Amino acid sequence: MNTGIPLQYFLILATMMFFVGVYGFLTRRNLITILMSVELILNSVNINLLAFNRYLYPNKLEGLFFSLFVITVAAAEAAVAIAIIINIYRRFMTINVEDVNEMKY
Amino acid sequence: MISFSYTIWILIIPFLTFVLLGLAGHKLKPRLSGLLGTGCLAIITILSFITAYFYFFRSEQIGGAYQKISAISITWLPLTDKLHIDIGVLLDPISVMMLVVISIVSLMVHIYSLGYMKGERGFERFFAFLSLFTFSMLGLVVATNIFQMYIFWELVGVSSYILIGFYYQKPSAVRASKKAFIVTRFADLGFLIGILILSFNTGTIDFITLTDPNGPAIAQGSGISFMGLSVMTWSMIFVYMGGVGKSAMFPFHIWLPDAMEGPTPVSALIHAATMVVAGVYLVARMFPIYVFSAPVALEVVAYVGAFSSLFAAIIACTQTDIKRVLAYSTMSQIGYMMLALGVSGYGGHEGLGFMASMFHLSTHAMFKALLFLCAGAIIHAVHSNYMTDMGGLRKHLPITHLTFLIACLTIAGIPPMSGFFSKDEILTAALHHNKFLFAVEYAVAGLTAFYMFRLYFNIFWGNEIHYHHTPHEAPSTMTIPLIVLAACSAFAGLIPFSRLVTSDGIPFDSEIEWAVAIPSVLIGLAGIGVAFIMYCKKTEIPDKLAATFKYTYKWAYNKFYIDEIYLFITKKIIFRYISEPVAWFDRHIVDGTMNAIASVTRIVSFRIRGFQSGQLQKYAFVFVTGAVLLVLIFIYLWQ
Repeated sequence: MNTGIPLQYFLILATMMFFVGVYGFLTRRNLITILMSVELILNSVNINLLAFNRYLYPNKLEGLFFSLFVITVAAAEAAVAIAIIINIYRRFMTINVEDVNEMKY
Repeated sequence: MISFSYTIWILIIPFLTFVLLGLAGHKLKPRLSGLLGTGCLAIITILSFITAYFYFFRSEQIGGAYQKISAISITWLPLTDKLHIDIGVLLDPISVMMLVVISIVSLMVHIYSLGYMKGERGFERFFAFLSLFTFSMLGLVVATNIFQMYIFWELVGVSSYILIGFYYQKPSAVRASKKAFIVTRFADLGFLIGILILSFNTGTIDFITLTDPNGPAIAQGSGISFMGLSVMTWSMIFVYMGGVGKSAMFPFHIWLPDAMEGPTPVSALIHAATMVVAGVYLVARMFPIYVFSAPVALEVVAYVGAFSSLFAAIIACTQTDIKRVLAYSTMSQIGYMMLALGVSGYGGHEGLGFMASMFHLSTHAMFKALLFLCAGAIIHAVHSNYMTDMGGLRKHLPITHLTFLIACLTIAGIPPMSGFFSKDEILTAALHHNKFLFAVEYAVAGLTAFYMFRLYFNIFWGNEIHYHHTPHEAPSTMTIPLIVLAACSAFAGLIPFSRLVTSDGIPFDSEIEWAVAIPSVLIGLAGIGVAFIMYCKKTEIPDKLAATFKYTYKWAYNKFYIDEIYLFITKKIIFRYISEPVAWFDRHIVDGTMNAIASVTRIVSFRIRGFQSGQLQKYAFVFVTGAVLLVLIFIYLWQ
């Protein structure tokens, strides 16, 4: 069942996507961008799941289903997150995360 | 066997009255709440009489002795299998006698208060607290164990405190109530220590076991000794210290004269007839222990009593506030009772002193309550406490005059008044035991007659003083109790006391010993005669005498400066050399340590609170870094 692309390539891609996501999450100040970074992280995990499923247990479909499940949840999560962001915008007239710092000492 | 379980109602009724009047009293009409309190007391009096009748004349006697009956006993705090604190009712000759005495005096005082306190603010509050006091005093006398006694002992202390401070807007009353509470509380510390030593050594707190002459408790105590005296002696001396405080014996007597700031009915009930004799009752209750395992403590009882009676009698001769004279007279008479207990033996004629003490306790309750109630009626009429504002009142207050005269004759020990009989028994007991104490008490008998008739002649005879308005006799609610109590004090001597109340419960016959009785009557008459010469008509003699014995007089007039000595000791010595260093230590060392810990915490927390920045991404960064570190640790260091 060799398709020519080694497993390592998938893993390297997923790791890169993951750290791009983490970097974006930590450095970007715009809430929407932060949300997009979170999506990147989720998708890197999906890639991992599918790659491992394909290479380790080619006759099973659990990994596939699981990633489908993650996509569904991610969609729901995005909806909720955007709702929160809209509310933050209404409250603070900004979506800059640094200005939303009420929860401090 | 007759059931005495109904006696629990003697405790429950006044308590319920207290709760009712205390919680709902302000909603009732004052007159109704007064009548309610008095009515309940009437029921209790009837119950007490029924109890006394059945106890003395109907109950079973084993070997001719009145038994100690535990009428009801509820285990309240089971500490161990052997040691448990009960609440119950113990009936024996002295507790039944006390039930009758307390309920009669209390009923009379209730009726009297209906007239005396009429129109006062807090009328229903007064009756509520009178009920509380009656409840606690009855609970004290029927206590089945020493711990129950201690609880009710403190309760009477509290009710005394509340009632002395009844006029709480008067600073002197507030001071007096605090003084009474603190002094007696200090003495009660000794009582508590005594209880603990006693119960530790005997393993029981139950009176029936403790005071059984053949029981284990008395046999056990004499073993261990401490500083030359047996442990039992120490514990009994400590217990007696509580009695000294409550009964206002020297040196804890200083609260009693000040306690006269309370309303006069309160003085009559608490500070003359019932609460102050609790100390005597305590010694009587523990009497077998005193006799068999702590004779030294019994000597202490006798000498403290004798000294207090002489001391108080001398002071009473110089005071001008009539209530204070009566207060010192109370102290002196209680000294008599203590002395009588101190010189008593156990059983039969040996126990004459015990019987005499109890006898004097009940007659004293009657005539001293009567004296105070008369004083209340006089103060009511004249609006002054001072003898110098009175004179020639016999025409204005005929009933008060007559009853006061009866009371004075009773306390002076003139036959056939009851005081004659009880005092005679005490003097006889003292003569047989200790000639010196007898001499002291003999002198006090003369002094007693002198100061009482000094009071009497000054108030009712002497020079007519011009009053702002003519004094008038008190209303019938006040005079009826006077008449009843006068009848009691006149005729109570006819009760064959030695056939009812004895140290071991076995009745014996006592007759008047004329060799003692005649001289004691003579010295009483001599005291009256001297008072008659000095005070019946206004003469120069008292002033001249006072001038001759200037320093002695001044000394006695200022109550031998005992109050000042106390103040000196507390303020100059204890406060300055103990309390102030302790306060300094507390403020600077103990508080300082705490403050240092607090301020260090504060400074550190100010430094580190910046971590809590509210910046979401900083948190996330820390979290991610932590996660990465954990992963690295798991990969490389986890073996």
